[in-house]
Amino acid sequence: MSSTGPERYRHQPGDPRPPDGERGSKLLSPLRAEGGKSVAIAVVSTVVFFIVLSLIVVNSPGWAEVKLAFFSRSQFKVSFPEIARAFLVNVKLFLISEVLILAFALVIAVMRSLPGPVFFPIRMLAVIYTDLFRGIPTILVIYLLGFGVPALGIEGIPNSRFFWGVVSLVLVYSAYVAEVYRAGIESVHGSQIAAARSLGLSRGQSMRFVILPQAVRRVIPPLLNDFIGLQKDTVLVSLIGLVEAFRTAGIDSAATFNFTPYVALAVVYVVITVPMTRFVDALVAKDRRRRQAGNAL
Amino acid sequence: MSTEAVRIEGLHKRFDSNEVLRGIDLTVAEHEVICLIGASGSGKSTMLRCINLLEPIDAGRITVLGQEITAQGVDVNAIRRQIGIVFQSFNLFPHMTVMRNVTLAPVKVLKLAASDADSRARELLDRFGLADKADEFPDRLSGGQQQRVAIVRALAMQPDIMLLDEVTSALDPELVAEVLDVIRELAAGGMTMLIATHEMGFARDIASRVCFLDEGVILEDGPPQQIFNDPKEERTRRFLQRIVDAGRL
Repeated sequence: MSSTGPERYRHQPGDPRPPDGERGSKLLSPLRAEGGKSVAIAVVSTVVFFIVLSLIVVNSPGWAEVKLAFFSRSQFKVSFPEIARAFLVNVKLFLISEVLILAFALVIAVMRSLPGPVFFPIRMLAVIYTDLFRGIPTILVIYLLGFGVPALGIEGIPNSRFFWGVVSLVLVYSAYVAEVYRAGIESVHGSQIAAARSLGLSRGQSMRFVILPQAVRRVIPPLLNDFIGLQKDTVLVSLIGLVEAFRTAGIDSAATFNFTPYVALAVVYVVITVPMTRFVDALVAKDRRRRQAGNAL
Repeated sequence: MSTEAVRIEGLHKRFDSNEVLRGIDLTVAEHEVICLIGASGSGKSTMLRCINLLEPIDAGRITVLGQEITAQGVDVNAIRRQIGIVFQSFNLFPHMTVMRNVTLAPVKVLKLAASDADSRARELLDRFGLADKADEFPDRLSGGQQQRVAIVRALAMQPDIMLLDEVTSALDPELVAEVLDVIRELAAGGMTMLIATHEMGFARDIASRVCFLDEGVILEDGPPQQIFNDPKEERTRRFLQRIVDAGRL
């Protein structure tokens, strides 16, 4: 049994993926271990703590201004439905990009795994692509493509902002996802390839039926992490003028000099991304347990 | 007069600076069962992997059923269809059921209809006592069962020659017998086999010829009675003595 998992990544600022290491929530487990009395103490202490904290916040000088600017109830009521509707544009951006990324990144990863000297130029192309688009800030790619290409005025080239938004996100995220796939491909033990080839399967057939199904299964958690990052990055497309949730919040905010619309958008994001992150963490933990059990056999 | 199944001439293989095979010469007739014995690192596994073209060779020539398989431009996949190999570590595909493991290559490589491949697989699984495991995944099987499935998977391609690479070495002792029984049945059925093994008692029973490999050459080659009872070479004698001392013969 091989114990080599997908390549571990080092966390860098701005990387949408969370840092490596223990990621399961350890908030509640000590309580569960200690039983009823400690649960009661935790509840009382939590209630007291938050009452004190909110009293301090509410009685701080300037709280009235903060509340008005960020947490205006009336503004929230007006903005939230608009922003939620505009968020559908982000969802559309995300869904279309995600499907394209999954396919395109797989092509890049397979290109990079082609063996032999004949395929050197193809491998090189894949390496240059992943290096380049992992190195350039997403916002630059969006600007260059979203403003730059339509400005050329070449006939037949679409000038839809939505289109160039999708293209930019696909280019940037495919570079990351291709690396995730590649780590997965490399984590499948060489003996699997030997077994497949020894049965007369061609290189392509071995890849398709034996290597990729195992590789993709192993990288589902990191893939999901990348897609949480992608969801958040869809707001960047607003900067080339696409009217989506962030832009809508900006318009609302500028009209009233109030920041509550941005808070409303933040709420939308939190509601969606926090459960997804928890789900991924649970998957990772389950995967780790399964792998440890496998090694123990 | 038996026909020639495998002919190996002057086979050399090196990994970087380490020359593992230093000139192997061997001819195997059809229906012969050759057991390769020798210490770990003597080149048994490498030799088998070379015959299946899993390792490119550095010098020499291998001919299988009259066709030189080490020649330029041969269809590697076509040759591998004739030669089944079973590995020490089973190497079943963990994401597929036993049935899929066995039928994958017949369907994709031999282009058998799925129903034909299925019935052939069931027949083989049944013959080796695995009929009830068809829909299990490999990680639910014991090592012995997994190795039997690996043998069935190779047999489903209807190979002319089987290569067995220390197929019992990764098994718990109580599971070795069930795998050896399968191999005995294959031998009784006339399968041409090259078997790298550390099971000396088994080799003595089953082999038509035993080859002792030492430092990348076949040092001694003969019928099992001669190799085990009256080895000519001093090093063969010492190797067998160590096996006896370890209580394995």
